[in-house]
Amino acid sequence: MEIYDGEFISELEAIARRVRAHAVTMIYQAGSGHPGGSLSAADILVALYFHLMKHDPKRPDWPERDRFVLSKGHGAPALYAVLAEAGYFPSAELESLRKLGSRLQGHPCMRKTPGVEMSTGSLGHGLAAGNGMALAAKLDRKLHRIYVVCGDGEMDVGETWEAAMLASHYKLDNVTAYIDRNKLQLDGPTEKIMSLEPLADKWKAFGWHVIEINGHSMKEIINATNEARTIKGRPTAIICHTIKGKGVSFMEGSLHFHGKAPSDAEYKQAIKELGAEPV
Amino acid sequence: MTWKWESQRNQYGRALVELGKERGDVVVLDADLSSSTRTSDFAGAFPERFFNCGIAEQNMIDTAAGLASSGKTVFVSTFAVFGTGRCYDQIRQSVAYPKLNIKIVASHAGITVGGDGASHQIIEDLALMRVLPNMSVIVPVDSNETYKVVKTVAETKEPVYVRIGRADVPTVTERDAPYEMQKATVMREGDDVTLIGCGIMVSKCLEAADELAKHGIAARVINLHTIKPLDEKTIVKAARETGGVVTAEEHSVMMGMGSAVAMCLVENFHVPMKRVGIPDVFGESGACDELMERYGLTMENIVEAAHDVLKRKK
Repeated sequence: MEIYDGEFISELEAIARRVRAHAVTMIYQAGSGHPGGSLSAADILVALYFHLMKHDPKRPDWPERDRFVLSKGHGAPALYAVLAEAGYFPSAELESLRKLGSRLQGHPCMRKTPGVEMSTGSLGHGLAAGNGMALAAKLDRKLHRIYVVCGDGEMDVGETWEAAMLASHYKLDNVTAYIDRNKLQLDGPTEKIMSLEPLADKWKAFGWHVIEINGHSMKEIINATNEARTIKGRPTAIICHTIKGKGVSFMEGSLHFHGKAPSDAEYKQAIKELGAEPV
Repeated sequence: MTWKWESQRNQYGRALVELGKERGDVVVLDADLSSSTRTSDFAGAFPERFFNCGIAEQNMIDTAAGLASSGKTVFVSTFAVFGTGRCYDQIRQSVAYPKLNIKIVASHAGITVGGDGASHQIIEDLALMRVLPNMSVIVPVDSNETYKVVKTVAETKEPVYVRIGRADVPTVTERDAPYEMQKATVMREGDDVTLIGCGIMVSKCLEAADELAKHGIAARVINLHTIKPLDEKTIVKAARETGGVVTAEEHSVMMGMGSAVAMCLVENFHVPMKRVGIPDVFGESGACDELMERYGLTMENIVEAAHDVLKRKK
């Protein structure tokens, strides 16, 4: 199903670079936030919002739209950057992240930000919420799909597995979960803090169709998502192998930048690497 | 006083089935307790709109959030102890904060659960739900009111917590009496002291009023079914006109209905007051009547509290 030419893929990659630059800038301007997990998930979000998902930034409440849930709510800067690039609100608003009175809360708030489908931040809630949306879609005989991005740290949360069981039990083949497998959580490597492997086997055992991909390859994200659409009777988990802090050399694989804003010098360096202009 | 005792849960089940017939947007979730909470009635009538989530209350609440954000009116039921404390974060993050159209109707609240003991006798659910922004909190007084509350809250688009019990409760309201959410019901007029009850304790307040009447004391009795938002007008008026207030609840005296009334009166109209409720301790196994007596929830406890308030009035 490789139907995309090189030019198309490089357009998506260019958007992803802009999204990364936005995310780093927003966190720098806010003085706090989570660069590592925003950068690791950026490519997945861009592929979804700029190619895979059926949505209309002019009508955020369009009933037929596909639903997106950022279960790892601390990746909010990447989500806001994608929503702004897509046209849900002006890019100029991105600098208000985490500031008093802003529509862009530190973690996503569905009541404040156009395009945000579910309030998240406390980890492990998003997949279950996505399942609820999927049940509603099935009840209403709607064909829209539900896309949920989870962090690998969220695999520690019991509710993730409760939700995995429910999606499988109710045959929610309209749910696709992306696991941002960047292999780092706040306190250290996932395998040191709380072992997750064999992760694919766990999802398979819960009745899910499982695909493993490079979560920074647009082509692989698109192909895996298209494969998920063909799977009937069960949900699909796409384990996206990613690099925390992807795109900024000194943030890549760095625990330090899980939840810390860059300094002035670090910011300048990061923006230069992302091919953008500093603010 | 001879009461007719009826089950609140049966009326919940009946109201849900009616709602299911009237409205296609109503869906119901339970956590493996549907035959106890009576959501099984709805499940039988509308199997495609009923979702058993298994023994996974956290998952159930977040699933409800996804359904509600998709335009459904969602009723969620389980025992109150599991439907509040066990999934508090989910209720906070995914129901109250986004102000979603979810009604948590929790049964088996309070010590009248009886034999199951302290593990199942939640005496702090009103406290937990009261402090959540955007959350309304209702304790229907009897089976008739339970039916009306369920039908009424279905008309709102916001989060509501409804607390009902396991045991049959005395029927103190008429089937065709009007019900208004947020408006406390004055059950009996009187100018000497006010007895404010919620749930099963309203019947005890009415019994206490009869007892006090024998001593020439006219007690006003109020059914404070809605703990939040609080009907401050009715409470302050009663305090002003009677000069003393006793509250009675099948809940810890810490941060339940009595505390809500006390906070209201301290800020608006200060009168002598006494709270009848479960002291700051866990319950235990026993028969309902035995437990009500052991934990100070009898008519006599209310009468005694009224005398104390009357003494301090003078």
